[in-house]
Amino acid sequence: MVNNFAALGAAPVDLNGPGHYLNWGVIQISVANLVVVGIMLLVFVLAILLRFPRGRDRK
Amino acid sequence: MSEQVGTTPVAPAEAEGGGWTGAVRRRAVRALPPDKLLPDTQPAYVASWIYVFGVLTLAAFIVVLASGCVLAVKGPAWWHTSGFGHYVNSMHLWSVELFMAFMVIHLWGKFFMAAWRGRRALTWITGSVAFLGSVGTAFTGYLAQQNFDSQWIATQAKDGLNSVGIGAYFNVLDFGQMLMWHIVLLPAVVGILVVWHILLVRRRGVVPPIALSDRLDEAAPSTESVPEPVLSTVPDAEREAGS
Repeated sequence: MVNNFAALGAAPVDLNGPGHYLNWGVIQISVANLVVVGIMLLVFVLAILLRFPRGRDRK
Repeated sequence: MSEQVGTTPVAPAEAEGGGWTGAVRRRAVRALPPDKLLPDTQPAYVASWIYVFGVLTLAAFIVVLASGCVLAVKGPAWWHTSGFGHYVNSMHLWSVELFMAFMVIHLWGKFFMAAWRGRRALTWITGSVAFLGSVGTAFTGYLAQQNFDSQWIATQAKDGLNSVGIGAYFNVLDFGQMLMWHIVLLPAVVGILVVWHILLVRRRGVVPPIALSDRLDEAAPSTESVPEPVLSTVPDAEREAGS
């Protein structure tokens, strides 16, 4: 039972270990942070491209 | 009492007098009349998702403050040991993550809009300084985690801060000092800047798109800033025809 709950709450990525890092010259960034930056850029682009729903009483 | 009110001329008393409180009130109302302070309509160009990230940042900030207040009241023995304490602790962390992410996307959007146009320089500056203050608040929050991560961050940061000569005043190895910076000084600074920033947005209005601003400037070249009433009545059809 406990194991079932543990399995349900398990992270999709195994967090029990050292992080993964990318290096490019003096630049070092963790994969996790790079993923967050990528998602932010995606949200930014979508915010510009997606049409905003218009209210009926908007001027 | 009612007779006195009926015979007292109210308008001249509002025009001048009343000491410094009256002067402050008149100036505040002049700068931010009620319809500007709490508007019920926005310009047509605000109908874009990119304009949503300012208020998303504000909403996340309120959750950050509320969850932080709960943590401050209940204390570390609670948030480290109880299930609900872990939940509120995590809510504080993830609302900060969203706060910073929304704020950076808001910053990107405003940068590419050149949002300092139309006498909005102070709005831009207060937002930028609030961002820097938020970075400092998040940093001291990491130092207050009371785990190996916070120890690692503190010992790494102390060398950097010592190298620029502020380690004696901002000692990252002093847990009590960092906690006070995190829960008192920096939130106060960020909170004041956020309120100031929002009032400036209310006063100057949301910055128009560059193309629209140029078109309005051509129509009225002598106007120093874009007049808000004109912008607030730009119909959708005109905007779409110009794009």
